[in-house]
Amino acid sequence: MAQSIAASAASGVGNVKTMFQKVWEQHEVVAETPDTPAVLYIDRHLIHEVTTPQAFTVLHERGLKVRRPERTLATIDHSSPTRTDQIFGGVPITIESAATQIAQLQRNCAEFGIELFDLKSDQRGIVHIIGPESGFTLPGQTIVCGDSHTSTHGAFGALAFGIGTTEVGHVLATQCLLQRRPRTFAINVPGALPPGVTAKDLILSIIGEIGIGGGTGYVLEYRGAAIRSLSMEERMTVCNMSIEAGARAGMIAPDDTTYNYLKTRPRAPKADAWERALAHWRTLPGDPGATFDREITIDSGRLEPMITYGTNPGMVVAVSGNIPQRRNDPVFDKALAYMGLTAGAPIGGQPVNVVFIGSCTNGRLSDLRSAAQLLRGHHIARGVRALVVPGSQQVKKAAEAEGLDRIFIDAGAEWRESGCSMCLGMNGDTVDSGEYSISTSNRNFEGRQGPGARTLLASPMTAAASAVRGRVTDPREFLNG
Amino acid sequence: MEPIRQIRSRTVVLPFTNIDTDQIIPARFLRTTTRAGLGKQLFADWRYGADGAPKPEFALNRPEAAGCAVLVSGRNFGCGSSREHAPWALLDYGIRAVISTEIADIFRTNSLKNGLLPIEVDERTGQWLLAHSGAEVSIDVDTTTLRLPDGTAVEFPLEAFARYCLLNGTDQLGFLLSREREIAAYEQGARP
Repeated sequence: MAQSIAASAASGVGNVKTMFQKVWEQHEVVAETPDTPAVLYIDRHLIHEVTTPQAFTVLHERGLKVRRPERTLATIDHSSPTRTDQIFGGVPITIESAATQIAQLQRNCAEFGIELFDLKSDQRGIVHIIGPESGFTLPGQTIVCGDSHTSTHGAFGALAFGIGTTEVGHVLATQCLLQRRPRTFAINVPGALPPGVTAKDLILSIIGEIGIGGGTGYVLEYRGAAIRSLSMEERMTVCNMSIEAGARAGMIAPDDTTYNYLKTRPRAPKADAWERALAHWRTLPGDPGATFDREITIDSGRLEPMITYGTNPGMVVAVSGNIPQRRNDPVFDKALAYMGLTAGAPIGGQPVNVVFIGSCTNGRLSDLRSAAQLLRGHHIARGVRALVVPGSQQVKKAAEAEGLDRIFIDAGAEWRESGCSMCLGMNGDTVDSGEYSISTSNRNFEGRQGPGARTLLASPMTAAASAVRGRVTDPREFLNG
Repeated sequence: MEPIRQIRSRTVVLPFTNIDTDQIIPARFLRTTTRAGLGKQLFADWRYGADGAPKPEFALNRPEAAGCAVLVSGRNFGCGSSREHAPWALLDYGIRAVISTEIADIFRTNSLKNGLLPIEVDERTGQWLLAHSGAEVSIDVDTTTLRLPDGTAVEFPLEAFARYCLLNGTDQLGFLLSREREIAAYEQGARP
């Protein structure tokens, strides 16, 4: 009796549960106590070359094996070159430390029996693109990766979050993590997104609203008609940037959009296994009446194309708006000084030097389509450098089959092999000091795209419109003819 | 990990909010396969000029910052990426505790796994510390208290298991490996 009371208290009034609670409880190997965190089972583990070498070193030092190698999938993305001749043409990787890191991942995967999408594989790409597109990512799973944008996979109704290298070692050795249960935060988005407003604009608005620490300690759940009407790729853009609001994970309940996306993926369950999985997935959405620790509602009808003006993703305004003014805020002043922008001035019309279209936030096929749609028949402005980097080799192949590569090349942009590239500049794709970059990536931190680089985060449509004009441009100017 | 019971040190202050992991250690320094020696790249773009020379005005470069093991910053320290290189760089430099009114989730987890103490304090204590660089503070892990120079004791939250591991130098991987029986049982009943 006492036990059942405790259980119902822990899982919500009258035993109604949020989706997060269901997924969490289904993965408790050992439940948490006041003294010890839960031992949480991890279904899927994605790894890449940057945050794993030291974890494999620990396995070596302690003589440990990888417990369930088939539950880990490796790719090369962060420090890999995007030049075709360096991937396929035998031209060596220029940055020696990057080459060393890549070689070490290749050795570790071979030694421990982990499947690797290697440099020349047509399956390779950014971890958060290849997981979903291969069907490795499924609803109701726990998914982790040594990368904070692991929140992306929550778009499928998975509990997915970024971990550090020590925890990568824990998952490799035990397939488990020690975790305290986070709180829950519902973000309701009723209605519909206005024309010209994309998933990127929605998530930038949400971060602007709750602040970059507003989600700390919470798992977000995005709900409502505007969320339901998003495609899987758009949902991934939203969940991807949950971490920019401080939340380790963001989730969206699975529905027919999810199942239709997954059905034909190579690693998704097939035949009877598909039917069994589907029956389970349909039980995942939160129960009616389940309550959250915090809840807000976004007025979708008032959303506009958004762009950042400062040095974190919460410093964001409408593309048609003005940079805010704040008195006696030295941190705000420091950010604007770094950006070389003026408080109170319109952000529209600000000249840009570099345009980057890609990343785990906006490097999927629909992102490239929306940028190409805008660029078709136009040329990027004189003096602007535009880099288009597909999120994966599969995205690249699909884009080329539709002729999107020709649109980008004819417009004067560079068309590259997949990887994280200029999102964080680890592979040498960087923005020069003092230059303005309009980027479809996720972070505008100081120096993120290169020392002294000034990053303006926006949607692929806004980036493409700005590439054509050579200055920050509202994409609706193009949509309205 | 060595047990940690007490830290006594003067503070060094970075009076900014939202200090992200790209500031703590820029991405170009993550192309390493070890965790050693990252201290020299800590806050690299704030600490050094384009010519590589230390910027004298940056807090960590001032003579009085030498030997300080406690870093005080504004709200939301460590936001951004999951790179464990951030706590590795702080520890390698000699920082053993970070104090802020808010500390980002992944950074906090990574810090505790490495014996770097993330300490969250109330707004008033945070403001006082930001305004008093060089204050001599003492941190007691056992009682989870931060003692200010005037003797005021401020309690800080520390998850029970993390506290136990810090005090005893417990190896968390060893703890997980010891749950083998439960993990195997879960796998027997787990969905494919």
